[in-house]
Amino acid sequence: MAEAVVFYIFAALILGFAVLVITAKSTVHSVLYLVADFLCVAALYVVLQAQFLAVIQVTVYAGGIVVLYLFVVMLVNLKRPPELYSDPRRLGRLGLVMALAVFGELVAIGAYGWLKPSGFSGTLDAKNIEQVGRALYTDYLVPFEVASVLLLVAMIGAILLAKRET
Amino acid sequence: MITQTHFLVLSAALFMLGIIGVMTRRNIIIILMSMELMLNAVNINLIAFSRQLGDVTGQVFAVFVICVAAAEAAVGLGIILAFYRNRETINIDEMNLMRW
Repeated sequence: MAEAVVFYIFAALILGFAVLVITAKSTVHSVLYLVADFLCVAALYVVLQAQFLAVIQVTVYAGGIVVLYLFVVMLVNLKRPPELYSDPRRLGRLGLVMALAVFGELVAIGAYGWLKPSGFSGTLDAKNIEQVGRALYTDYLVPFEVASVLLLVAMIGAILLAKRET
Repeated sequence: MITQTHFLVLSAALFMLGIIGVMTRRNIIIILMSMELMLNAVNINLIAFSRQLGDVTGQVFAVFVICVAAAEAAVGLGIILAFYRNRETINIDEMNLMRW
């Protein structure tokens, strides 16, 4: 019962903040709503017994990525609001309708699953970090190394792209 | 009783909000933020299945998704800065250099 209450509260917060992110007039406000959204998602990870992922979510997303976004928003001078000019060929409304149609379809799929409920059968024991670390460093060692190379490439690329040309 | 379906519907709704943001906004920074929302929806999905199956593999994949999201944010924002320096705009409708 307590799990249900916590789930519904955080689900409502997540969706509400997501709506605010994509509708906010000011980009800075949008970034701040994004932080709140990430923190609520981290809380949901705790409900799902993924404590390690919750900590990663808070440090990497809410701590790292969002600060990067804030820096760029502050560096980019928005004297001319970007929403003023609209390409006449752009089909934004059609995209909105299509996205809502796909959403309705997914809700229908969810309602179908609702009629045949499937509870959580398996259980994860309490040593979450140990389990994730063991899987990461034994079964998924090669993808882990590839991910580290990806991060290195992204770091070098970002520095090169953002560097002022001399 | 919270079942798998609740998390799947939440994840689908969050993903759709991200798509609506990408489709309707013209500020490219907000479009990148909508993509982060979509990646978060994917993570919720992965972790819900990890919980249901009692297997941590889903959580390992969520770690990789976060890693790719960090790389994407860094490179994407670098491109935005470089573009802004050249063209003085972040409106995606004015970014039509390679459009036919």
